[in-house]
Amino acid sequence: MPRLVSHPDEAIVLKRRFGQGAASIDKYVELEGYAAVQKAIAQGPDAMPNWIIDTMKASGLRGRGGAGFPTGLKWSFVPKTSAKPKYVLVNGDESEPGTCKDHLIFREDPHTIIEGAMIAGLAIGAKMGFIYLRGEYRYLLQIMEHAVAEAYERGYLGKNIFGSGLDFDIVTQTGAGAYEVGEESALMESLEGKRGVPRIRPPFPAVVGLYGGPTVINNVETIANVPHILLMGGEAYAKLGTERNGGTRLFGISGHVNRPGVYELPMGYSMRKAIYEVAGGIRDGKQLKAVVPGGSSCPVLRADEIDVGLDFDQMAKAGTMLGSGGIVVLDETVSIVEFALRTIKFYQHESCGWCIPCREGTDWIKKTLTRVYEGGGQKKDIDNVQYLAENMMGRTFCPLGDAAAMPTLGFVKKFRKEFEDYIEGKKAGTPLITVQELVGAGH
Amino acid sequence: MADVTITVDGKKLTAPAGTLLIEVCKSAGIEIPAFCYYPGLSLQAACRMCVVRQEKVPKLQTACTTQVAEGQVFFTDTPEVIQARKATLQLLLGNHPLDCPVCDAGGECELQDMTFKYGAADSFYAEPKNHREEQKWSPVVYFDRPRCILCYRCVRMCGEGMDVFALAVENRGSSSIIAPNVPAQLAPDNLAHLDCEQCGMCIDACPVGALTSGAYRYKTRPWEMNHVATICTHCGDGCKTTLGVRSTADGSEIVRGDNRDKSGINGDFLCNKGRYAFDFANNDARITQPLVRQPNGELKPASWEEALTLVGKKFSELRDARGGKTIGVIGGNRLTNEEAYLLQKFARSVLHTNNIDHHRTADYVTFAQALAGTANRTASLRETLTAKAVLLVGGDPTNQSPATAWNLRTNVRLNRAKLYIANSEAIKLRRQAKAFVHLAEYGYGPLAAYLSGDDAAASAAAADATSLASFRDAVKAEESLLILIGNDLRGAELKRLIDFGLTLPNAKFALLADYANSRGAADMGLLPDLLPGYTPIGPIDTQDPGSKIAIEYSSPTTPGLDLIEIFDAATAGNLSALYVVGANPVARYDVDPAALKNTFVVVQEMFLTETAALADVVLPAANLYEKSGSVTNSYGDLQQVKKAADRAGVRTDFEMIVRIADKMGADVRALVPFGQATAGTRADMGQTRGVQAGEADRYAVWLTANNLEPRLSPFDPNAILDEIQRLVPGYGDLLRLQLLSGNDQHLQPAAAPIKDNAGLVQISNRRDLVLPAGDTLFTSGSLTRYSASLNDLQQYQPRQTQIQIDQTSVE
Repeated sequence: MPRLVSHPDEAIVLKRRFGQGAASIDKYVELEGYAAVQKAIAQGPDAMPNWIIDTMKASGLRGRGGAGFPTGLKWSFVPKTSAKPKYVLVNGDESEPGTCKDHLIFREDPHTIIEGAMIAGLAIGAKMGFIYLRGEYRYLLQIMEHAVAEAYERGYLGKNIFGSGLDFDIVTQTGAGAYEVGEESALMESLEGKRGVPRIRPPFPAVVGLYGGPTVINNVETIANVPHILLMGGEAYAKLGTERNGGTRLFGISGHVNRPGVYELPMGYSMRKAIYEVAGGIRDGKQLKAVVPGGSSCPVLRADEIDVGLDFDQMAKAGTMLGSGGIVVLDETVSIVEFALRTIKFYQHESCGWCIPCREGTDWIKKTLTRVYEGGGQKKDIDNVQYLAENMMGRTFCPLGDAAAMPTLGFVKKFRKEFEDYIEGKKAGTPLITVQELVGAGH
Repeated sequence: MADVTITVDGKKLTAPAGTLLIEVCKSAGIEIPAFCYYPGLSLQAACRMCVVRQEKVPKLQTACTTQVAEGQVFFTDTPEVIQARKATLQLLLGNHPLDCPVCDAGGECELQDMTFKYGAADSFYAEPKNHREEQKWSPVVYFDRPRCILCYRCVRMCGEGMDVFALAVENRGSSSIIAPNVPAQLAPDNLAHLDCEQCGMCIDACPVGALTSGAYRYKTRPWEMNHVATICTHCGDGCKTTLGVRSTADGSEIVRGDNRDKSGINGDFLCNKGRYAFDFANNDARITQPLVRQPNGELKPASWEEALTLVGKKFSELRDARGGKTIGVIGGNRLTNEEAYLLQKFARSVLHTNNIDHHRTADYVTFAQALAGTANRTASLRETLTAKAVLLVGGDPTNQSPATAWNLRTNVRLNRAKLYIANSEAIKLRRQAKAFVHLAEYGYGPLAAYLSGDDAAASAAAADATSLASFRDAVKAEESLLILIGNDLRGAELKRLIDFGLTLPNAKFALLADYANSRGAADMGLLPDLLPGYTPIGPIDTQDPGSKIAIEYSSPTTPGLDLIEIFDAATAGNLSALYVVGANPVARYDVDPAALKNTFVVVQEMFLTETAALADVVLPAANLYEKSGSVTNSYGDLQQVKKAADRAGVRTDFEMIVRIADKMGADVRALVPFGQATAGTRADMGQTRGVQAGEADRYAVWLTANNLEPRLSPFDPNAILDEIQRLVPGYGDLLRLQLLSGNDQHLQPAAAPIKDNAGLVQISNRRDLVLPAGDTLFTSGSLTRYSASLNDLQQYQPRQTQIQIDQTSVE
């Protein structure tokens, strides 16, 4: 289990109840728990939905799953009236390598997820919420289910919540172990008991989502921020961050740093400071080689590219992405060839296989890089890998293809020299075999 | 939806808003390649071949999911789009075995065509391809995983189209594989296989050679065959099947059946019989020489001259000595209209008998008479695909009329048509039904009565009175209704149901029969008491147009014996001769062979059936795939039959009837009006000279230019089409060009309105004459035992049933 960490530069919003036993409802209520939802209900039934959505819009909160879509705007797309029931869906399929923030929220503050989902339900007029945990988070399911049971016991969930006359129910569900269902429409398929393959959009979930009903689907961290925003006010939250990037964010800093951990930093915080000050710098006095900034799908940054602010827009300008906030720090001991192979192995394994470019593209990149890694590479393999990745970009059915192509392109473009040296055998310690030997071995 | 205008590659195109871009482009002649897109099935956007550039949209868009809206601008052939498609093909070919030289689909493969077009032939990869062994999923379906491109057409075809759901995707990513519904662990031989209807639609939909037909694989290459589109001989739906034909030492052999051009009345659909059960034609048990019974009782081969001379002589003698009334004629359900017409004309005008009948699989006599005097009350098979509401009473289309079932399912799925079903069995189509009433045994009559307003009949119709009442209310509330009637209903019950339907403002009817030309046999008058077009036989009245046929034929004016009476007469020693053309009544009606011992029996057959085995002369006949002509399906849709295969030694029934008439000394020109001497014969379209539809008949051009007549032979069925058109009510409107170009046309039956109650005798008396064949998906009357594929599938089914039982017991 990860230890809780802290640093003076942190701007504590979401982490304020961490480490205090807030998974128990008594403690949660003592720490202003379920106050936000009551504050919303106090606005009166007519004003409440718009008040919530306006507050969310003012907060500048952008989706914490990785895409960074403004949350208030997303909620406002849900039609006011609908023949089919509306749903709130909390995406806890936290699977992006390098990302471990939702995990902490589930463990330390599960009630805030319940409360956030309730508020989202009140905002869009949904009576039902689902909290979907990735299959590997089964050990967190107990904590989450316990919290839901407590909320029902207190009468916070169910009929007539907090005397509002409105009902809200929550059901928890785990996945079966597929990265792909972190994609919102694949998650809905999975939740409906089907194969975890994305849906064609449009229609978007806000109009046709879970079981065909209008659905708001948000990342756990996004939803967990909601009660805090309602309590502190949208503008106050927005002020913590930078322009169009409101608030704070949980950054999971891992890899070759002295103090790895999940830190809550204001949006726009310097990446260099995050690595060298907050996370304590590179371990054992080694040199920084590269940073994967927002989960493994984000294009890599070289050591000389880390003077960048951690928000969606600055990262995009730097040619990469803020992603899910999982910063993986690589020191000089890392072989980029090996790291690229490890990365593509993950995406090849997790590709759902639905569309051709992703299914075949990830497979061939993996095969080619495997051969390069094992010493049978040729220079044209680097071109082939780049060609494959370029031809996957933007052409796949869902973003998984891009998620595999972007880091691959980053590695071969920014570290081409290292690939070439590796192929020429300048990297010690790897046996060289010929292509013929390799192909022959397979037959 | 209102029309919108979009721009594709600089061209302005107009289409209803919301139409899929790929369809808009297709209708404008702009090709958008696609593997996963299949019209009518759910959208996938999986193959990424149909990507196009849309102005102001950052990523390439898939044309198969893009709905057009006003002002959109698309580019379909920019270098970027072409590169995207080429890269996708390169990825597919990376793992493709490229075994095109031995692949069944070689030459008919969408992957080949696309590679040819985009030139994605370069190979980048040094690693071995993923390989899996081929799998036999059923006697008729084989799967080669390495060729599969995972377009999921088969999965959707089976689930959405067939409502069978026997195929699905297993595993994920590059390990994804299409898998059949019986996994290896549950199979007796530990091999995964299919438990399904064996329709072969998955093979049809497969764009590559991943799914291949057990009946065809590795037999030939597509370009070595001639492809002839003709009408399936099996059930009464009349689907178009394209037969792949190859020359052999003794004629030409059918090697494949499929639905190649999808231009038929069946649209996308073809069932297992149309696809595989052509193989009876190649059966070694075919008779290819006439057989004549010797004094010692044995059937011995004889020459055509000997056999035909004998038949002609005996028929003449017996007719002259004992009278035409002692001769019986039984026709078949798989003859062409021209043959059926000629047979009854021969019986009436040459043999001078009205003792003529056929195995009736549905009561078309009652059907025609109940609808006499109405107009536009019968439906085409095509209307089952478009009708807003359908009432299906009796029948089991899934098993007996698979194309009808396909259309109904498709109509419900795509058009949200309302399907009402009343049946004494829980037929599979109830899964598509808006309302299903489970009738009691013998509940059809009471149902017809109840629908007509007789509330007292409710309890005899069905146990559940409430659902019956709401069923009737719903059916009666429909603004327009297509009433499909199974052959469980006959006589008075059928008439009552039709009478009920006629009280509704916009009801149309169809009666489902069992074989390719069951309807045509009845329409053409293979009936003892009705002339062609259900014209009653009675005293000649020169004022009555109904007497026109009888006058031309100078045929007997009293009704003859029906099929059962013919055999009764034989038993009583009163039948001098029996002429059976393409039928097996001895087996079908369980006739005691001893009954025929004093009757001269002539049988025209493909095989030595129970009936043929009793014959004095057996004449080897061509089947429906070896002749030209026309057939009429259950609905009354007329279609052309084209000669596909050939077998040395056999003749068409048409030719044999004419030759027998000739041997009897009859005036052949009066029987078949051919040549210049007969007024009213319009020039044929050259089919007999081998001209295909749409092609100029250069022989006719030359003959005409030289003041010679484009001649018809007396064996040409087209020679009698004019007479059918002239004399048979209902067939007068047929459009010859429509027929000869391979299209279907719906004909309305035009039974003469019944003047008095005399005609209605049919309705109360004839029940026992209508004998539904009760075929399943894997039987087809007497042909079943001669079709290896049907036999294989029958043998294969029991183990499926066993598995189902096992699974049920687990549940």
